[in-house]
Amino acid sequence: MSEIVRNGVRIDESFAEAFPMSGTGILITGPNAKWARQAAETMTGFATSVIGCGCEAGIDYELSPEETPDGRPGVRVLLFAMSSKDAEKQLVNRLGQCVLTCPGSAVYSTVPGEFEIKVGDAVRQFGDKWQTSKVVDGRRFWRVPVMDGEFFCEARVGLTKKSVGGGNLLVMGADWESTMRATEAGVAAVRDVPDAIAPFPGGIVRSGSKVGSQYKGMGASTNDAYCPTLRGVTNSALDADIGCVLEIVIDGLTDAAVSAAMRAGLKAIIDMGPEKGAKRIGAGNYGGKLGPFHYHLKDLLP
Amino acid sequence: MKPFVFTLRQEPAHRVDLSGLAPDRISGRSAAEIEKIEIGTTKTVIRVGDVFRVDTGDPGVVRFEGGSSRFDLVGSRLLPDHSVHVVGDVGAQLGRLAKGGRITVTGSAGAYAASGNAGALIEIGGDVGSFLAAPLAGELGGMSGGRVIVRGNAGMRAGDRLRRGVIVIEGEAGENLGSRMIAGSVVALGAVKGRIGYLNRRGSIVLAKACDPGPTYIDCGSHNLTYAGLLARSLRSDSPRAAAVLLCKLRRYGGDTAVYGKGEILTPE
Repeated sequence: MSEIVRNGVRIDESFAEAFPMSGTGILITGPNAKWARQAAETMTGFATSVIGCGCEAGIDYELSPEETPDGRPGVRVLLFAMSSKDAEKQLVNRLGQCVLTCPGSAVYSTVPGEFEIKVGDAVRQFGDKWQTSKVVDGRRFWRVPVMDGEFFCEARVGLTKKSVGGGNLLVMGADWESTMRATEAGVAAVRDVPDAIAPFPGGIVRSGSKVGSQYKGMGASTNDAYCPTLRGVTNSALDADIGCVLEIVIDGLTDAAVSAAMRAGLKAIIDMGPEKGAKRIGAGNYGGKLGPFHYHLKDLLP
Repeated sequence: MKPFVFTLRQEPAHRVDLSGLAPDRISGRSAAEIEKIEIGTTKTVIRVGDVFRVDTGDPGVVRFEGGSSRFDLVGSRLLPDHSVHVVGDVGAQLGRLAKGGRITVTGSAGAYAASGNAGALIEIGGDVGSFLAAPLAGELGGMSGGRVIVRGNAGMRAGDRLRRGVIVIEGEAGENLGSRMIAGSVVALGAVKGRIGYLNRRGSIVLAKACDPGPTYIDCGSHNLTYAGLLARSLRSDSPRAAAVLLCKLRRYGGDTAVYGKGEILTPE
């Protein structure tokens, strides 16, 4: 399969197959960067895959006080789900349990989507009729009294159905250390791209899956073709020099964001070279029949 | 494209109603047609041509070169993305029922400025008369959106029955500032007189200078309010002085407990 080589790294003539998702984004600000990030990390915990978590969420980028609406440090969080209903449910729940509860936090909409989720309108009831609303520059906010002051939350946040989930890069190296080094470099580059997140732990997933299982009722199971310990006993996709595979999964608010993130990740991994990092880069797909978005690696090469 | 300019020939002898000279109402009309529009409010017939010389231009940007305290209803029912600029004074009901856009007056404005304003940014370089952003007799609510910046002093009962939006008074405010406020925000940088926020329901009144809020406002302590930070950032370009006050730690007086009690008076510590 590997016919293209860049900087000594073999590139599969393959493509990542991705799916439409409902996406939304909020800006969480806090009294300082630590507590803004704390709220964002808590809200995006247990949000690696829609399969078991109901949504995929992650930190997009951090903002300085000068860049936020209220002059405090901020963190932008993206959340994706398979339907707008799921996205609304997950966002409202996570906002209520993880951000409302986090000291000093405030929430602002950052996605001018086609639809709106009534987050503040839901959370405001925690104020037990002591809450008040304010409209500033045409945007409605709720001030909810809490024990450290006020929880300040925009009434509605935008939601777009033009989001894409499932962009990915399969990073293959000789051993765990070199593969991790390359994948971490890829994740760092992906995280520099706005409007895209890598929702798995540290942006990396080691348990890539295939559709179906030998067990009844299991929709997905380990991607044995990419498991190095099964290289000799299964229909492996791995070469003899590959001892470890790690995957970067990417969700983005737009098709272009996913494409840009994959391009950035590819470049970072290729730039590291095969001696220090990955020997081969692939992409996961389901034959191209399930997802409408196809990101061919050869089109994204530096 | 150059603006649509009305140059003052002479101040009218009577009050005139300039609501017919809003951008959307002069669009597509020739200078001769516009000069024939009657603007008088008394038995004496006064036409646009008697008061102004008309130079056609972009009707979305209307400019009055020369003002008068007899010019009522300037910028009335202004629509979003349009603007009206007055070099001089204006009379009553500036920006009455404006839906959006921007109105700037270099001089002073009369009573009921921004009455019923729903979205326009109105900037008054001089003083403003009584009942800023207040409802006319018989109306239930005052200004319902937009923003008013007064560089000078305001008359009595500014912000009466304010429903939404922000009012900034950089000078002194007359008696009964924020009376009967429903919601919204008023920031006053100069001295204030009389009762503040009388029967205020949910409105925020920010006072740069400490005052006695009266017995129906209860001290709730000093706080760093996120809302104040947001409003400060939003007001940074329109009124840097107001923004600076909002960035202070603010003492909150909750009230008016004579009514709903969910409003507040905020003053820097």
